[in-house]
Amino acid sequence: MSHELTWLLVAIPAVSAAILLLGGKATDAWGHLLGTAAPLASFVCGVLLFFQMQAKPGEERSETVKLFEWFSVGGIKVDVTLLVDQLSILFVLLITGVGSLIHIYSIGYMAGDPRRRRFFAYLNLFIASMLLLVLAADYLVVFVGWEGVGLASYLLIGYYQAKPSAATAAKKAFVVNRVGDMGLSLAVMSMWALFGSSAFTTVNAGAEQLSSTWATLLGLMLLLAACGKSAQVPLQSWLLDAMEGPTPVSALIHAATMVTAGVYLVTRSSAIYEQTDAASTAVVIVGTVTVLVGAIIGCAKDDIKKVLAGSTMSQIGYMMLAAGLGPVGYVFAIFHLLMHGFFKANMFLGAGSVMHGMNDDVDMRRYGGLAKYMRITFVTFAFGYLAILGIPPFSGFFSKDKIIEVAFAENTVVGLCALLGAGITAFYMTRLMMMTFFGEKRWKEDVHPHESPKVMTGPLIILAILSLVGGALYFVGHWIVNWLEPVTGFEEAHPPLSELAMTLIILAVVVLGAAIGVVLYRRDIPREAPVQVSPVTTFARRDLFGDALNEAVLMRPGQYLTRTLVWLDNRGVDGLVNGLAALFGGLSGRMRRFQTGFVRSYALSMVFGAAFVVVALLAVRLS
Amino acid sequence: MSAVLMPLAAEISRPLADFVAPKIEYNELAPLLVVFGAACVGVLAEAFLPRSWRHLVQLAISILGLLVAGVLAVILMADNEDLIAAQGAISVDGPALFTWILLLALTLISVLLFAERSVDGGLSAFAGQAAAVPGSEAEREATAAKVEHTEVFPLTMFAVGGMMLFASANDLLTLFVALEVFSLPLYLLCGLARRRRLISQEAAMKYFLLGAFASAFLLYGIALLYGYAGTMSLGGISDALATQTGGDAILLAGTGLIGVGLLFKVGAVPFHSWTPDVYQGAPTPITGFMAACTKIAAFIGLMRVFYVALGGTRWDWAPMMWVVAILTMVVGSVVAITQTDVKRMLAYSSIAHAGFLLTAFVGLAQAGNGVLNGITSTQAVLFYLVTYGFPTIGAFAVVTLVRDAGGEATHLSRWAGLGKKSPLLAGIFAFFLLSFAGIPLTAGFTGKWAVFTAAWSGGAWPLVVVAVLCSLVAAFFYVRVIVLMFFSDLPADSPDVALPGWQTTAAVALGLAATVVLGLVPGPVLDLAARAGEFIR
Repeated sequence: MSHELTWLLVAIPAVSAAILLLGGKATDAWGHLLGTAAPLASFVCGVLLFFQMQAKPGEERSETVKLFEWFSVGGIKVDVTLLVDQLSILFVLLITGVGSLIHIYSIGYMAGDPRRRRFFAYLNLFIASMLLLVLAADYLVVFVGWEGVGLASYLLIGYYQAKPSAATAAKKAFVVNRVGDMGLSLAVMSMWALFGSSAFTTVNAGAEQLSSTWATLLGLMLLLAACGKSAQVPLQSWLLDAMEGPTPVSALIHAATMVTAGVYLVTRSSAIYEQTDAASTAVVIVGTVTVLVGAIIGCAKDDIKKVLAGSTMSQIGYMMLAAGLGPVGYVFAIFHLLMHGFFKANMFLGAGSVMHGMNDDVDMRRYGGLAKYMRITFVTFAFGYLAILGIPPFSGFFSKDKIIEVAFAENTVVGLCALLGAGITAFYMTRLMMMTFFGEKRWKEDVHPHESPKVMTGPLIILAILSLVGGALYFVGHWIVNWLEPVTGFEEAHPPLSELAMTLIILAVVVLGAAIGVVLYRRDIPREAPVQVSPVTTFARRDLFGDALNEAVLMRPGQYLTRTLVWLDNRGVDGLVNGLAALFGGLSGRMRRFQTGFVRSYALSMVFGAAFVVVALLAVRLS
Repeated sequence: MSAVLMPLAAEISRPLADFVAPKIEYNELAPLLVVFGAACVGVLAEAFLPRSWRHLVQLAISILGLLVAGVLAVILMADNEDLIAAQGAISVDGPALFTWILLLALTLISVLLFAERSVDGGLSAFAGQAAAVPGSEAEREATAAKVEHTEVFPLTMFAVGGMMLFASANDLLTLFVALEVFSLPLYLLCGLARRRRLISQEAAMKYFLLGAFASAFLLYGIALLYGYAGTMSLGGISDALATQTGGDAILLAGTGLIGVGLLFKVGAVPFHSWTPDVYQGAPTPITGFMAACTKIAAFIGLMRVFYVALGGTRWDWAPMMWVVAILTMVVGSVVAITQTDVKRMLAYSSIAHAGFLLTAFVGLAQAGNGVLNGITSTQAVLFYLVTYGFPTIGAFAVVTLVRDAGGEATHLSRWAGLGKKSPLLAGIFAFFLLSFAGIPLTAGFTGKWAVFTAAWSGGAWPLVVVAVLCSLVAAFFYVRVIVLMFFSDLPADSPDVALPGWQTTAAVALGLAATVVLGLVPGPVLDLAARAGEFIR
């Protein structure tokens, strides 16, 4: 029974995506309904599996389902095997549950779009790939899902194809993600070389015998992969641009699920990180830096979706940080990941609802006073707001507090950074609330804000409730800790102060941040962003010069390399010879424009090549 | 009278008595003989049949020849007996048979493309009268009379026969003869384009001159190696390496020069400069055939010479090959970025693929080489060639379909918005590009994994790092084309997408099917490549 349920989980959305993509216009009329039914069906499978699993004792809950042998050659064998354990089932429920809500919401949000069917096909493709990613029991199969979600994300970011900015953003996301993918593919190849297999079981068993150098290398490769997918510094820049995609996509892929794949990868690879302090420390540093970078970016943006994107980076930074701390943190990383999935999807969909009522404007400077006009959106958004701030009893309170406590227990500096991040988070989220829902109306005249249809507010309400009660997973008998312990391991952390004192300090910082936000943004807000601003603001507005850095470090040298190689390839050898002639003869004052495509220059390059080959051979022998 | 003749007769018959007829293993060589036989029959058909029959008959002869040869090769492969045939000239071993079958299959697809006549107003892609001056009255007359060069079919059969021989040559002379047998028809075929004839003729001329130049290097290298070892046979050279001392300078120079000749055919940097020009100028179906089949034959030839004959000096030539592999990958993938012509872009992409293949080649993962766990270099290369060949021909087949008044519209700017005009065609092309980029669930992904793993387990991990970086760069320009096709606006004067005949449809469908199947279930082909084993000596 569980065997069928497991493969159906992945197969249903995959088949639905295929039907919608291949069916063409014939499926236009009911495409969105099929597209929504698919993740719902997967969700039902997931729930059934979950209850089956819960009925068993802790150690027997993990189950593997071998589908088929992908290939086997020499000593290397790769099976497509799905692993349903306590960790992956939580992901399955998050992906299909929140995914289904977002599909339902999209029916309303994309109602006017003639290409809606295609949108649902891509979303289904994403769900299938993401489920494969979290269910795979072999790193190579994880990689397949990993690339699949990347492809779906690429297609969905570029969904509004008429906008050039969307196409550019899609390309950027693809290329940056490929940098991360490189890490994963190198890691899998190393695993083959080291263990002869990339199956989780083999790797986990072999990790203990790893030399510390290899463990560190593997850890760093996996971290690179995680950075790309989860938009962590230094590969963070694509996430802000990815907001070009439709808002439900931002909620599903770029907030709740795909971007958390990096955290999943690090948690899954706990056996490797246990062997290497260096790589674990690197994970913590990356997480901590991203917490602050994301939060600072969030403070400076006027585009409501980009504020939320910065916030997503920052919150994933918390998860990374916790995951890097090892067994004391894994459980809380996953816990925060789930809670974040709820409240961030809630807020993104809320932002979509606001945009829906504001003629798709995203600039918060042209919002204001919307609380009166969009009651449901406002209240549900407020739930998300209170959750991300970590106000008890909202879900974020339990998850974020635990991470900050664990961070203090392990390292004071990291703890202070995490605490500071929480304060800044409170500030920019308050700023967002003030600019959007309170204060003066700053809309253009032709805008008539209105509440969204029920098909959109329904998912908002459910997500708002989850943002409120999600914390129960922890405070009801530490359920999530007991649930995950067999897979990720757990150790009690011992913060320097008592739990109550820690909580009070964190709350104080959060309230302070929020208070500053209220004071600063209660006054009038200019409709146009001020130009004369402090260097700090400019720094933050320009994403801490992330793009400039990419350009300087990667793009420019790349362009120079390309140009040089093209030049050499086209006319280099000829140019060299002619240039030398001109130099020595002193006759030609000017460099001639060299034609390309002369056979003689090609032949000359071959002569040089042959000379190189023979000289190289002799040199090797003589040396 | 008889008294006068008797001594003469005795004189004539005496050497005959000493003559021993060579032992020819006709069964094992049957695929080769069938292909060459079909080529000869094609020449006869060209001479004796009326013009109106030729197209159909030639196509039938070629397809029949390829199919029969293919079936024979499959039967031989099932027998799985390695053998050195024809007095040591040809080795019919696992890799050779695997290559034969692959070459025959890809040639079959190419021949279908050659036969396509519906995309260009009832005319094939080949010039009506190659001897007519471009733009002349004679050319116009030939076009009006719908004359065409059906010689392309026998020429192709000779070329593929030569390639098969090249991949199985067990001595250096056979290798050289095979090289010329497959190169000469290709030089001719390159110059036969119906449209843009000047650039096509220029390409043929360049290819011929540079090819002759490379042949000279190869021949000189052969002479030096003979001087060193006193034998032409690959096994003999290997033995000489093991026993002989001294004469290293001749040996190394010979190794280098042979390497130059073979790397030229592979299209490795710095011997690649002909590739973009020739790929761009040649008729597109020929480009597809060359890009896939020449590379396959040349690569197997390269590996056979360097593994079988020169395996003993691998520590001498491996560093040089490392440099060549890195240069090839970097130049191929970086220079492809700035290309504006789709055929030139694919040419640089094929250079980059040669570089990826070279990583497995210099990785030297061999069963006897301490590599027990995993895939050997030979297997990886054989498998990669399969995953590279099918999408390549498919991609060039797609290129033949995007046309405007001047023939194929190969400038990349003309491909803008193609996804809006013909989502199916653009989608298929995008799929081929994703396969070249090595995205999972396509053939290219499994192929890349195979070669990189072989290189990695052979200890060439720096090469793998460079290769992964280069495939990252390569992904960029493939994606650029996809973005261009799907995310740009359709210009007003956009080219048309020709309705393909059954020939091109079949070619594209076969290429697509192979690309999908090899991505999803690579197991069977990997098994076959593994069963092919190693080169024998």
